[in-house]
Amino acid sequence: MGATTKRRLASAALAIGALAASATARAGYDQLNLPVGVTPISQTAYDLHMLITWICVIIGVAVFGVMFLSIYLHRKSRGVTPAKFHHSTAAEIIWTIIPCVILVGMAYPATKGLIAMEDTSEAEVTIKVTGYQWKWKYEYVEDGITLWSNLDPTSRAAIHGDVSAAENYLLSVDQPLVLPVGKKVRLLITSDDVIHAWWVPQLGMKKDAIPGFVNEMWIRIDDDKAGIYRGQCAELCGKDHGFMPIVVDARAADGYAAWVTERQAAKTAAAPATAGTLAQATAQPTPAARAAF
Amino acid sequence: MSSHTAHDEHHAHDDHHHGPEPGLMRWVYTTNHKDIGTLYMLFALLMFFVGGALAMGIRAELFQPGIQILEPELFNQFTTMHALIMVFGAVMPAWVGFANWQIPIMIGAPDMALPRMNNWSFWILPFAFTMLGMTFFIPGGAPAAGWTMYPPLVLQGGWNLAFMVFAVHLMGMSSIMGAINVIVTILNMRAPGMTLLRMPLFIWTWLITAFLLIAAMPVLAGAVTMLLTDRFFGTSFFNAAGGGDPVMFQHVFWFFGHPEVYIMILPAFGVVSQIIPTFARKPLFGYESMVYATASIAFLSFIVWAHHMFTVGMPLTGELFFMFTTMLIAVPTGVKVFNWVATMWRGAMTFETPMLFALAFVILFTIGGFSGLMLAIAPVDFQYHDTYFVVAHFHYVLVPGAVFALFAGAYYWLPKWTGHMYDEKLGQWHFWLSTISVNVLFFPQHFLGLAGMPRRIPDYAVQFADWNRISSLGGFAFGLSQLIFVYVVYKAIKGGEKATDRVWEGAHGLEWTLSSPPPYHSFNTPPKVTEAEAHS
Amino acid sequence: MSGDASNTGRRTDNRRSALRLAAVALAMFGFGWALIPLYDVICEITGLDGRTGVAQAASLPTQFDADRTVTVQFVANVNSALSWDFAPAVISMQVHPGKLYDTHYLARNRTAAAIVGRAVPNVAPNVAARYFNKTECFCFSEQSLAAGEQREMPVRFVVSRDLPPEVKVLTLSYTFYRAPENG
Repeated sequence: MGATTKRRLASAALAIGALAASATARAGYDQLNLPVGVTPISQTAYDLHMLITWICVIIGVAVFGVMFLSIYLHRKSRGVTPAKFHHSTAAEIIWTIIPCVILVGMAYPATKGLIAMEDTSEAEVTIKVTGYQWKWKYEYVEDGITLWSNLDPTSRAAIHGDVSAAENYLLSVDQPLVLPVGKKVRLLITSDDVIHAWWVPQLGMKKDAIPGFVNEMWIRIDDDKAGIYRGQCAELCGKDHGFMPIVVDARAADGYAAWVTERQAAKTAAAPATAGTLAQATAQPTPAARAAF
Repeated sequence: MSSHTAHDEHHAHDDHHHGPEPGLMRWVYTTNHKDIGTLYMLFALLMFFVGGALAMGIRAELFQPGIQILEPELFNQFTTMHALIMVFGAVMPAWVGFANWQIPIMIGAPDMALPRMNNWSFWILPFAFTMLGMTFFIPGGAPAAGWTMYPPLVLQGGWNLAFMVFAVHLMGMSSIMGAINVIVTILNMRAPGMTLLRMPLFIWTWLITAFLLIAAMPVLAGAVTMLLTDRFFGTSFFNAAGGGDPVMFQHVFWFFGHPEVYIMILPAFGVVSQIIPTFARKPLFGYESMVYATASIAFLSFIVWAHHMFTVGMPLTGELFFMFTTMLIAVPTGVKVFNWVATMWRGAMTFETPMLFALAFVILFTIGGFSGLMLAIAPVDFQYHDTYFVVAHFHYVLVPGAVFALFAGAYYWLPKWTGHMYDEKLGQWHFWLSTISVNVLFFPQHFLGLAGMPRRIPDYAVQFADWNRISSLGGFAFGLSQLIFVYVVYKAIKGGEKATDRVWEGAHGLEWTLSSPPPYHSFNTPPKVTEAEAHS
Repeated sequence: MSGDASNTGRRTDNRRSALRLAAVALAMFGFGWALIPLYDVICEITGLDGRTGVAQAASLPTQFDADRTVTVQFVANVNSALSWDFAPAVISMQVHPGKLYDTHYLARNRTAAAIVGRAVPNVAPNVAARYFNKTECFCFSEQSLAAGEQREMPVRFVVSRDLPPEVKVLTLSYTFYRAPENG
């Protein structure tokens, strides 16, 4: 019975898997694997992920292969007599050393990748990201722009209703974080209340937002990768942890510059104050700017 | 005074020469290792179903996008309680139950070394879990900040925090007393000739586990006490405004938490190392390297904790250190897997239910080990961290890992414990249904995590819907399959084919020299153990 | 059983072992608490948590690296439980390691009642924290602002000449919290 059931379940799983694959075309995410992403860091992470996955698959096939061969060959029902051996120093040394060598092979690229990721120097844009229960605040340190980013109201309305009514259900916000492509952006991440984590899979990095402490991470979106990238809070932060998405709107240099100018003009019109004074710290978004992304 | 002494002596006399007391009070007052082992295991089984019911609720909510059954706050309570109950209520007590039943009869001791403490360490547990479970019915509900209890979120909880902290204290005391008992029993009560390197591997793994418990559980007790004082007595251990640091809790918690992982899995290694040789009819390959591998895993478990916290913003040197030490764990773990395969090689295998579960353990635990290795690579962990990939990983090592090893051990020793053979056919059904459904349940969660689904969310974006539905279906099937196990155990207790003393053709060890079931008091006269017997 | 000498001996042994192990457990409980000061020490040595150092004016170096400049950014956060406005006077400065600089933040109490606040400093990247020393800072003590009061909050700092060469940008961040003394 076991084999038939297994086969039937496997074909059912395959069928649903095909369904999932077709869903992939519609959604922005790859359904089975880590996204390659749009930054050098996400590329590094993806490459390492694939390398280690394949190493694990090969080891797994080898070890389980021997095991299944043994299960097939060395069954009592085949009338075999069990051997008596119970150790072999040579074998044990070999299978201690080989994993060590493989691990060193993995550690080298991993170390290189990690060092690259932690290098936050020479950023061109600095943005302070503050997590709140349950929204994000983005402050462009050099340009004096402040954005609040909440779950898009159509998603919120759909939670207890028809989720297909909301475009990008739970992954859309009223105001996205606008970033320039091709520039090194440094994010200073902190929190107002509990620990949150800022994560956009396509950008390849996540960092905890810790109250009272400032973490930093950097992003450089590839020049040709302008577009919308979506992510979510990745640290349990209470009731609405699942409802504080992150949306990044990556724009080409001139588009970004135009957006900055526009935002600064809007702010000056709303509250006539100059950078460096206290009004900047409390600037709230104007209702007109709250369009869904 | 004198009458009291007389009573004591009379009681002791009873204990040593007759069977159990009649009636329910037997279970309350018992100091017999077999009774206490049974209590632990039944309690663990009950908690397995309570925790499982919570899991069914979680999977039902995640069956489709949108909120249908559990509002977010209640969902968080379910995930938190599911974890606490499964870790502290099901897996750990089940292993302590195994230790109680098996250690004395495997090392030729008449009982555990400290029988009265043994009674206490069990009877604390029902109170601890009643206290924890009660929080569902108090204002503010049950703890909802995850079993990791990270501040500041956990400090936003109401009275449930106090209940949880006291419950954790009680569980900790119970575990520590249990661990002390195990160590003293193994070190002081072995039969003549049972040298340390002749001990069955299950005994070795439990000895090392017990040391881990003694070292790790008190640290958890300290950490949760600090939460309590931060919440109710105005201290600022973890409050940045008062000069504390919330990340410090994570360091202290995971200093406990990583050894805790091995507390749940090392006895599983032990059980599997008993079962595979029995059904391969061939001695365990590399006994000594198994012992050393277990010890090195235990040692490494204390210096890898911060790999749970790669995203908190550690300096590069810290990240590198914890990445390298974590990767190193793959070496002794690999040795174990290779030794199991080498034990099977050129054996004469049969595939009764315990062996099936043990083989599934080797494969599925190794899959969990692979994903663990992937998670160790810090630069990629920034992507995996706090996603369903992590959920898939630790469920692979805990469910088809620790829980399958518990099933394997239960089927293996059930004929010894009850005196009756279990129903092999039902056992096989239980195995195949569990193995298929557990993979349908957890394997898709790897995909969900890689595709970007964070863990601990009650609702998700529509592109995660398909795999979540499949996972939920697997979950319901897995949950239902476990009812078969309960029925098999019930049937074996009630009656059935009489088990022989040795039960399994290839079984070796002192427990198989006793009758099935063993007498209430066994090995009152210690057996003599020779080299040939120990390692055959 | 009381007549069985070896059994009684074993019982004493068991008790002794159990007590020893209980002592180990107790010591580990103590160790859990000891991790708190230990963590502070480690943080001080490594800058693990990004907390900044305090320098005494007398111990400051008299020379500075004229040919090395480091950017220091200033960031302000206000906890939402505190109704203050808080911002740096300048968003960044170019500094020479070893030289003493002055700057200030601005804070204003938006409410109609006096409030005591407390600022928690933090430096990113955290490895740089122990090279960032303040000789004077409003974060050294609690600050009280009267209703509607606005005040300059001075900081005098020096970036150590030992700052690792790869660090080119330092961010000094303050988070103002409502002090518990407000009741």
